[in-house]
Amino acid sequence: MPESAVPLLRLRDVHKRFGAVEVLKGVSFDVAMGEVVCIIGPSGSGKSTILRCINALVPIESGSILVDGQEVNDPALDKLALRRKVGMVFQQYNLFPHKTALQNVMMAPIHVLKQDRKAVEERAWALLKKVRLEGKEASYPGELSGGQQQRVAIARSLAMNPELMLFDEVTAALDPETVKEVLVTIRELAEEGMTCILVTHEMGFAREIGDHIYFTDRGVIVEHGPPKTFFVEAKDPRTRQFLDQIL
Amino acid sequence: MKILPVLLPPASPQPWRAPRLRLRHGVLIALGLLCVVGAADAQGTAAGRPSVIATLWRWTPLLLEGFVFNIAISLLAMAMGTVAGVLLGLGQVSQARPVRGAAWFLTQFFRNAPWLVLLFFAMFLLPFEFTIGGVTIPFPGWIKATIGFALPVMANTSEIVRGAIQSIPHGQWEAAESLAFGRRQTMWMIILPQCVKRMLPPWMNLYSLVTMATVLASVVGVTEMLTLVSEVHAAEGGRPELLAPLYGYALVCFFLYCYPIGRLTVLLERRFQVRI
Amino acid sequence: MEAFYEWFRWLYEATGINLTIFYDAFDRNRMISGFWMTVRLCLLCIFFSIVIGVVGAWLQGSQLKWTRRAVHGFIALFRDTPPLVQIYFFYFGLGALLPRVDNAFGIPEPILTNVQWAVISLSLFAGAFNVEIFRSGIEAVPKATVEAAEALGYSRLRAYIHVVLPLAVRICLPALNNNIVNLVKTTTLAYAIAVPEMLYVTKQIWSDATNVPEMMVFLLLAYVFLVGCVVWVMARIERWLKVPGIGL
Repeated sequence: MPESAVPLLRLRDVHKRFGAVEVLKGVSFDVAMGEVVCIIGPSGSGKSTILRCINALVPIESGSILVDGQEVNDPALDKLALRRKVGMVFQQYNLFPHKTALQNVMMAPIHVLKQDRKAVEERAWALLKKVRLEGKEASYPGELSGGQQQRVAIARSLAMNPELMLFDEVTAALDPETVKEVLVTIRELAEEGMTCILVTHEMGFAREIGDHIYFTDRGVIVEHGPPKTFFVEAKDPRTRQFLDQIL
Repeated sequence: MKILPVLLPPASPQPWRAPRLRLRHGVLIALGLLCVVGAADAQGTAAGRPSVIATLWRWTPLLLEGFVFNIAISLLAMAMGTVAGVLLGLGQVSQARPVRGAAWFLTQFFRNAPWLVLLFFAMFLLPFEFTIGGVTIPFPGWIKATIGFALPVMANTSEIVRGAIQSIPHGQWEAAESLAFGRRQTMWMIILPQCVKRMLPPWMNLYSLVTMATVLASVVGVTEMLTLVSEVHAAEGGRPELLAPLYGYALVCFFLYCYPIGRLTVLLERRFQVRI
Repeated sequence: MEAFYEWFRWLYEATGINLTIFYDAFDRNRMISGFWMTVRLCLLCIFFSIVIGVVGAWLQGSQLKWTRRAVHGFIALFRDTPPLVQIYFFYFGLGALLPRVDNAFGIPEPILTNVQWAVISLSLFAGAFNVEIFRSGIEAVPKATVEAAEALGYSRLRAYIHVVLPLAVRICLPALNNNIVNLVKTTTLAYAIAVPEMLYVTKQIWSDATNVPEMMVFLLLAYVFLVGCVVWVMARIERWLKVPGIGL
């Protein structure tokens, strides 16, 4: 990936606490345009919180998050503008159960972006085709498998034409057979040049598609590097211990 | 907000499994009532007066007219109470603390007061006419009574709405937020449509309660079915043995109206449980 | 105490807020007796409705089809008809059909007074709901638990007393709680057959003293207080019965 590119996302010394618990204790990193970043680490290490902060789903105490030059830690932040740029996919899919797959994809562009219904519908069909869900357009989320629901959720986020996609343990709730179909979709996105941040437990997948791996533990980034070196030459004992348990 | 244990919302309505009442049970109940009527009848005819059944039959048009009026009051009260209750329920989940507190207080106040007391409340404290910009709008007793019934409907609807909104998983809010939906849009397009199914059974239950409460209007002097029942009784010479059949007649009317609603509620409850 | 009462007289003279029940001994005694009547109605009806509920739930588990159906019919009838009409039906309808007896002075009077009829009809009304509540509680006890008790040599009845009921009671408490609160509110219907309970005496007082708004607010607060007491007691019972480790 181009080293010299202007970072699309820049985090500097981000602190976040929930009550008395400090979840993030000064997190800093950059993500360049087109880069695929994987965040790994034990549960409770603050991985998911990082994604939620980037999307302004939770406010941060101090530090700076710049998305495409826009400061997220700013009371006057235009959340709508931010969320048009940042798409997010959740572990529990969170599809709207009262709408069909196609309607799920179409809702936000029509009601939030006020785009033309016809154009949106066309794009929605194309997106569902892209995530290999042809023929499931009229199905309700309750009629789809976990993997299918998760792909609808990805298509739903893509419909907003985001510049950055956040994936929050998107395969954690899936059974092993359907994990693959979701990973294939994400890999295709990455290959097309979409900037992605993945929080994941799939080490093999992280190694395969990640341009850069970050290891977090207890609210800080312990170690990072490109996958080739990271998985082989990690030095910090905490990283070693984690990788030994997983691999 | 700290919730006083006193004013906790009701435990989620226990799914009430209706006894599988079939036609034959209805026949049985009718037979039972006929026995009561028949006993009174025997006394009546023995004294050479018209039979009870004939008497009931003669007054049926008037009594049913009264019953239809009860239904009308119940529908009107339900409509008014639901509109106010939805607003109050939304107030209970508002982000503004004062709004939330006020909505919570109103809900608890009207939910914990007896219906009959609220009815007195409306009858005595509402004016008998309103003057808006020189136009005087009369406020007859039955409208005041309807408002009196709408108050508890409002409070109960408010709780139903609050409960349903809070039962929607938090992930729905987050997903909508990440798709740049505003709070109001999320509420009206994503959360509330999902609530409707959950709210329908308790709301229908509430309707059944309002219908049965409408007879209270007779206590505060509004003419409705029970008032007519006692007038019919007086018109028939105030024979004491007529009272049981007459009130039994009213019981049957309400039963025939409310029982199907109860059955339907249970059916809906079951169907929605399978879906979700 | 006198000073307390006099303060309300001063309040009336100063602000026009007329709470006769505090400074006027006659009204005060009326209100106190009305309050106790309501409390008595509540306690009696709670007691009898629970008895009806337990017996009904037991009958509903009967092997006899017709017993079960009779209980079903009883529940449906009392659930889907207005309680006020039930009270009228009992007091005016059945009361008129019952024979009268001579009292100590040789004057014929009804066997049952209006208070007794109110207790009977309100208990049946609330009892019908209790049957359902207790039955669903009993059904919620896992069959395996009962079988385990029987495997240990308990007889059916002993398993019922020592295993099923203690669990079922805990399961039903929230619903029972709700129903009792409703019952307390429903006791106001006894007003309609001239039982001198709180609403009835309040009405008398405001007719005499023309202080409707004050008495109305007082009455509402009094019921909130009563409901609060019930909920408090039930919460105490719930805490007392709480078993660590199961979400009951």
